[in-house]
Amino acid sequence: MSNENFDPKIVGFFCNWCSYRAADLAGSARIKYPPNVRIIRVMCSGRVDPTFVLKALADGADGVMIAGCHPGECHYINQNYKAMRRYEMLKHTLTAMGVEPERVRLVWASAAEGRQLAEAIDKLVSDVRRLGPLHWPRNWDENGERQKALDDIVKEHEEAMEVPA
Amino acid sequence: MSDKPKGKLALYWAASCGGCDIAVLAIDEKILNVAEAFDIVFWPCAADGKVRDVEKMDDGSIDVCLFNGGIRTSEQEYMAQLLRRKSKVLVAFGSCASEGCIPGLANMNTRKEVFDTVYKEGSATVPENPQDVRPQPATKMPEGILHLPVFYDTLRTLDQTVEVDYYLPGCPPEAENIWKAITAIRGKGVRNLLCEAPEGPSRQKVPDTFSAVIGLNTTVCEECPRKRGEKKIKKFYRTWEIIPDEETCLLEQGLLCCGIATRAGCGALCPAVNSPCIGCYGANDGVADFGARMMSALASVIDSDDPDEIRRIIEEGIPDPVGSFYRFSLAASQLRRKKKMQIA
Repeated sequence: MSNENFDPKIVGFFCNWCSYRAADLAGSARIKYPPNVRIIRVMCSGRVDPTFVLKALADGADGVMIAGCHPGECHYINQNYKAMRRYEMLKHTLTAMGVEPERVRLVWASAAEGRQLAEAIDKLVSDVRRLGPLHWPRNWDENGERQKALDDIVKEHEEAMEVPA
Repeated sequence: MSDKPKGKLALYWAASCGGCDIAVLAIDEKILNVAEAFDIVFWPCAADGKVRDVEKMDDGSIDVCLFNGGIRTSEQEYMAQLLRRKSKVLVAFGSCASEGCIPGLANMNTRKEVFDTVYKEGSATVPENPQDVRPQPATKMPEGILHLPVFYDTLRTLDQTVEVDYYLPGCPPEAENIWKAITAIRGKGVRNLLCEAPEGPSRQKVPDTFSAVIGLNTTVCEECPRKRGEKKIKKFYRTWEIIPDEETCLLEQGLLCCGIATRAGCGALCPAVNSPCIGCYGANDGVADFGARMMSALASVIDSDDPDEIRRIIEEGIPDPVGSFYRFSLAASQLRRKKKMQIA
């Protein structure tokens, strides 16, 4: 598949108080951004458990964007700092698992920053397009050897000689 | 127990170290009670028995099968399918069968890399293997074709392979928990135990509300007697770097203690001897990915708001994130393995 024709699937976890509104603002201001991102609204970027990101990737997403309020401006005092630490921890682990760290991104966007958010989405989509599809479940395949091996065992057991008791 | 008719019990091992079989014997003289209540129809580790005999049994004729070990080869997968068919209740016994355990950590490599280590680079084999001979799944001989099991790239857990009814966590499970499980299965009778499981064709999809794990629904922290305060960490330590204080929470002292994500049931054995929990009882209820829970919890206690400092604390303190967060659960995690280079 040529990378230009590849439409990445991006899952976005956007904070209710700023980034989700920034996306709204981008819409009402008719700022264009690629339609590849599927946005899930969360109450805070601090709500984003690393499990969500891993599940998104394991279920077929090519990239993930977490977006929240700028540091110091969290609706819940300081939970976006937690998001920042979790993001660094997650990136460290993802790198060890062979996932390109560029696929997962943390972005700060206030409710007024529709344009900045649109640009960040644009950048993530083009970066992921360059990296290509992730197709994570394909990593679990055994290249068709599995079924043949199992069939061989059944056949071999059928053909084996009976051992007298 | 003796008033009931004898049940039929099978035990099997796949990709595991053998410790689970030994753990069954660690119930000591109670093994005699097991023998009183059950006919042990198949237990290759301890009793003579042939796969062929199992193949000849009627489907569902084994009452309980305790299956330990993950699924790494085609032969193990075949045995898992066979024993599933023949057993009324299949128990994923121990960490390997439940979540992959240490053998599952080899999911950080491919078959080729594992074989390179063993047959090419390994000091034990290389001097005797100058021609770089590798195991072949099929070899033609004058008498016919000889088969070896196919070694998979990715180790699977038992429930990624066949339906599993119950899980008994631990590496290995504690003897008293094994005994509790056996008496529960025997006491309630297999049929009653099955009735508690969700019915119908969706039995393999255990709903989230149903805990099929024979164990406690709380974390190791609950069983740990150490004093807990507010956690703020500037630096993570590896176990050999400090001698921890014996009364304070190990995580507070910067050690990667997995107690916060791990199911209780062991009695907090490791923290009791001043060593951090490594998570062998696996994820507690509600934890979908053990490592993610660890990442989430550990990130929360880092005492810094500066991205560069946070990065430094993480990279210096946790050089092996997968081994630290997924020591027992990599094969059962969301991603299950390291990315394989895609073959075009």
